[in-house]
Amino acid sequence: MAPLWVRSYTATSCIGQGLAPMLESLEQHRSGLKLCDFETVDINTFIGEVDGVDAQRLPDELQAFNCRNTRLAELALRQDGFDETVHGAVGRWGKSRIGVFVGTSTAGILQTELAYRRRDASSGELPDDFLYGPTHNSFSVADYVRRRFGLEGPAVAVSSACASSAKVFGSARRMIEAGVIDAALVGGTDSLCLTTLYGFHSLQLTSPLPCRPFDQARDGISIGEAGAFAWLERMPDSLDADSILLRGVGESSDAYHMSAPHPEGLGARRAMQSALHAAQLEPADIDYINVHGTGTPSNDRSESQAITSVFGPTTPCSSTKGATGHTLGAAGALEAVISALAIQHGLMPGGVHTATIDPTLTAHYIRENRRGTVATVLSNSFGFGGSNCSLIFGAAG
Amino acid sequence: MKLSAYLDGIGVLGPGLANWPECAAVFRGERSYVAAATVLPAPAMLPSAERRRTGRVVKLALAVAMEATSAAAADLSLLASVFSSSGSDGHICHEICQALAQPSREVSPTRFSNSVHNASAGYWNIGTGSMTESNVLCAFDASFVAGLLESMAQSAVDRCSVLLVSYDTEYPPPLHAKRPIPDAFGIAMVFSAEKSPQSIARLELSLTDAVADSLPHAELEALRRSIPAARGLPLLRLLSTRAPGRCVLDYFDVARAEVRVEPCH
Repeated sequence: MAPLWVRSYTATSCIGQGLAPMLESLEQHRSGLKLCDFETVDINTFIGEVDGVDAQRLPDELQAFNCRNTRLAELALRQDGFDETVHGAVGRWGKSRIGVFVGTSTAGILQTELAYRRRDASSGELPDDFLYGPTHNSFSVADYVRRRFGLEGPAVAVSSACASSAKVFGSARRMIEAGVIDAALVGGTDSLCLTTLYGFHSLQLTSPLPCRPFDQARDGISIGEAGAFAWLERMPDSLDADSILLRGVGESSDAYHMSAPHPEGLGARRAMQSALHAAQLEPADIDYINVHGTGTPSNDRSESQAITSVFGPTTPCSSTKGATGHTLGAAGALEAVISALAIQHGLMPGGVHTATIDPTLTAHYIRENRRGTVATVLSNSFGFGGSNCSLIFGAAG
Repeated sequence: MKLSAYLDGIGVLGPGLANWPECAAVFRGERSYVAAATVLPAPAMLPSAERRRTGRVVKLALAVAMEATSAAAADLSLLASVFSSSGSDGHICHEICQALAQPSREVSPTRFSNSVHNASAGYWNIGTGSMTESNVLCAFDASFVAGLLESMAQSAVDRCSVLLVSYDTEYPPPLHAKRPIPDAFGIAMVFSAEKSPQSIARLELSLTDAVADSLPHAELEALRRSIPAARGLPLLRLLSTRAPGRCVLDYFDVARAEVRVEPCH
């Protein structure tokens, strides 16, 4: 594929709102996970909650979208001058030549969960103030972003579970290459809700401790929330050497099971190989892998096998979910931003909370931060339904 | 901007519409439309354990996908797919929200796994054994054209065959009052970059300010207005004529999609 310029990017998660606090957390090997005290949830698990989401106001004309998920998106869009970048770019490209691609798994379903507690006692009807389209529906956050910036090009939500906001880069790449658009606002937003907390708990996939990816005693995920966005354009004639490029996107399906990964990671392997092929790179060209690394026994085992089968046992890799929690449909975009930070600051963030690396996992998992030149990073995102996506980012110079 | 692709196969299932040949016959006036609830077949392509777990949304998506890919004689192991729907499984969503409103909050693990928007794509890949990518989209009422754009762009850029499945099912009460989709309706299409013996027509897609076409048949127009996937019906009507022409499909408040059709036979 023709590389795309990641002109601007930002992320907000429990380890920081915007790039500077997030980088500081990564440098200090800090986790944002805490014992679950979200809403009325009574589950013994840890969560990655973003402070101040409910205090975030939306513009008056977009109040219909008011729900936790959109408030988190708005909070994220306001960091690092990202909203200003978008406004500037709209003037440059024209509002109909920009696409919007936002990943989410549950959008504002919390709004519906809360409305179900307020059903009319006799009719069973939901309360009048509950608005399905701009809150619950998967498109709500993409629609919000489109309206907030007055964009009139193609807009869509990508919702393939935990691969959603990695796959937005693939959809944007195709639309730009096809000439449908000149630039894309991509990203992901998923927020804490009862469906995912109780749902993953029902599958016995939530850990009672902060998640420990690749640890020999790992026993599940910690659910987090995040909003992360990036601005993509075709490569200009010249770029600063430290500019970030999207160099490869690889996608595949497991064709195996709805909620369990392929035991040997065949789908994951195919996604990574396809990303390398798209980027015209060899496995040895990848300096660091930001793994999906959820901390469930089966995910990390299958991913480790897939990584080793493509890269061998020496490429440094780590999961940042011990720090951020698993932010589900926002994880792909959040970890794309972490990959960009890794390149720009020469930092391979060591996996937080992992005490003893599982000796049966052959991938080269790092627990401590490493410094050095990081020119090229591969980031993995896999989801329920066997949806896999690998992204490759690199420095322009 | 114009996207073009060859259309190699069509699948349709909805209220009173059992398949594409029947639907085309209704449009051509060779058959009268008889309103009836959508009948969803059990997905024969799935192993029995998986088949038991599938709800209406998966049954619908797999049924139209099978019709379109059979007609196209598509190689399923190479076929990429785009699944575009305005919502996930409304019945599962209702059951989960209802369970979460109870003090015990017992969510069924199977229901939770099947609640993801990409459940149909997951089952499609399990059923076909295909490890090619599936892109799973939602654009609320604009989901049909969103899927058409994605699948035609993928076919054009990656020079591959792509299955589009656009499908919607109803929510049960009380959500039904907030999102009144009346019944299940789906359209599937197989697009290829190159012309083949199966090619029905060459399609060219662009965005336009023009007003969307309505349908002369009142009951079908009611479907078009109430089910997002049925916004593709004007394109099916045009295809049923087997003549060249153009149609305008509803997309957003700020843009519609114009599709030009050039039959291959």
